[in-house]
Amino acid sequence: MADHIVSSYDAELTRLRRAISEMGGIAEKMTADAMTALTRRDTGLAQAVIAADARLDALQRAVEEQAILTLVRRQPMAVDLRETIAAIRISGDLERIGDLAKNVAKRSLAIGGQFQPQKLMAGLTHMSDLAQAQLKDVLDAYARGDKDAAEDVWRRDGAIDALHTSLFRELLTYMMEDARNITFCTHLLFCAKNVERIGDHTTNIAETVHYLVTGEALAGERPKDDRSNFAAVEAGT
Amino acid sequence: MSAATGVRLADPAGARADAAAPVRIAVRNLDFFYGGFRALKSIDLDFHDRQVTALIGPSGCGKSTLLRCFNRIYSLYPEQRATGEIVLDALNVLSPAVDVNELRARVGMVFQKPTPFPMSIFDNVAFGLRLAERLPRAEVEDRVEEALRKAALWDEVKDKLKAPGTGLSGGQQQRLCIARAIAQRPDVILLDEPTSALDPISTGRIEELIEQLRQEFTIVIVTHNMQQAARISQFTAFLYLGEVVEFGPTVKIFMNPGKKQTQDYITGRFG
Repeated sequence: MADHIVSSYDAELTRLRRAISEMGGIAEKMTADAMTALTRRDTGLAQAVIAADARLDALQRAVEEQAILTLVRRQPMAVDLRETIAAIRISGDLERIGDLAKNVAKRSLAIGGQFQPQKLMAGLTHMSDLAQAQLKDVLDAYARGDKDAAEDVWRRDGAIDALHTSLFRELLTYMMEDARNITFCTHLLFCAKNVERIGDHTTNIAETVHYLVTGEALAGERPKDDRSNFAAVEAGT
Repeated sequence: MSAATGVRLADPAGARADAAAPVRIAVRNLDFFYGGFRALKSIDLDFHDRQVTALIGPSGCGKSTLLRCFNRIYSLYPEQRATGEIVLDALNVLSPAVDVNELRARVGMVFQKPTPFPMSIFDNVAFGLRLAERLPRAEVEDRVEEALRKAALWDEVKDKLKAPGTGLSGGQQQRLCIARAIAQRPDVILLDEPTSALDPISTGRIEELIEQLRQEFTIVIVTHNMQQAARISQFTAFLYLGEVVEFGPTVKIFMNPGKKQTQDYITGRFG
C-alpha cells in the first residue's frame, strides 16, 4: 500500500498496528503462561500472568483513544476506515483473551495444593495448545493481511469446541465418582470454558481480519462443535 | 458485516443507491476537446433518475468538463467541442438541432461561487422564467415563491423580495442560485462544487436541500470533499486524466473500491 500524502496519517495507523501487535504478544504469552502455571502449580508464574493484564488493558484503552482520534481527524475511507475499525475490534477481543487467561491463572492459585489427575490436565493442555496455535495464526494473518489464513482459523475453531465438550463430560464423571474432586473439577471446568472462549475471541479476530482485507464479512455459519450445553452424565455410568 | 446475516438496520429513505431507478442521462463515447487537448476520453456513464451522482477526482481530471457538457455551456467558447452522445430522455443534447436555451431550462446549473445577478431577489429567480416563457404576472409570482420554498430560502427572504440578491449571505446566495435553476422546472440540476465557498452551517443547509431536491430532480454534483460525496450521493464516478476509472454505488466506492487508483485517491495516498 502506498503512503498517505499526509505522513502523520501513516504514523497514526502504524501506531495502531504496533499496539495491536504488542497486545497480541501479551495475550499469547498470558495464555501460555496461565496454562503452564496451572499444570506446574507455579504460583509465581500465575502472579506474573495476573500482573501482565494491566498492560493489556492500558493498551486497549490507548488503541481505542487513538482510533477515535483518527476517525475524528482523518474521517478515514475504504481500507483506512476498515483498518481503524479493525483495530478497535481486535483490541477488544485481545483484551478479553487477557481477562480469560488471567482468570485461569487465578484458578491455578485456588487449586494449587490439590491432587490433579494427569488425564484431565492432559485434555485441558491439548485444548489450550490448539487455542494458542489458533491465536498465533490469526495474529500472523493480521500482520500479513492474509484473508485465507484468517478463514482457516475461523474454520478450525470447531476442534476446540469438540474438545471442550468431551472434557466437560469427563469432569462431570470425576465429580460423580468422588465428591472430593468437585472443587478441583469445577475450577478446571471454568478453565476449560475460558480456553473455549479464547478460541471464540480468536475466531472473532479472524472475521475482523477477513473484513479488513476484503471489505466483506465472512459469509455463512461458522462450524461449531460445542455440545457442552447439552452434555449430561448419568450417575452410575 | 450485515450482508452475511441478512439483517440491516433501517437506513434513511433512499440513502443507498437505487440501481433499478431508470437511467435519465446516458453518456456514450463522449470525447471533449479544448482546442487540440482531449480532456475527456470515451466516457460512458449512466445517471439514474432522482439519484444524486457525485463526480470525484483530482483537479484537471475532467469532472467539471463533463458537467459542462450536460447543458453545453462550453459552447460559449468557440475552440471547445464535444463528440459522442449525451442522451437525456431520448434527446441527444449534443445535437446542433437542440436549442441551447431550451436545454439550459431543462438542465439547471449552480456554480462554485454564488452568482446572483445585480437585481432584486425576486427578479433573480424570475429572470430565467421571463427569458424562457411569457407568463402572467401572478403566475411568475407563484413560480418564484415555489422555487424559493423548494430552495429552502422562502422563510428568510419573503419579507424582502425587493432587496438586492447580492445583499444575502454566501449560503443564501447559493440557495438563491438553486432557486433560479429550479424556477424553470428543470429535469436535471448540475452542481459544481456548490459548497466549497461556504461555512459548515451553510454547507449543511445545502446538503439538506440536495437531499430534498433529489425527490424531484436528477442531480449531478462535482465535489472535492470526499465526505460530502459519501454523505449526499447515491452513485459516485471517479475520474482520472479524462477517463472514468470506476463508477458504482457510493457505499461501495467509499467502503471497498474495486480499483487501486480509486482507493489511493479517496484515502489520500500517492498514486
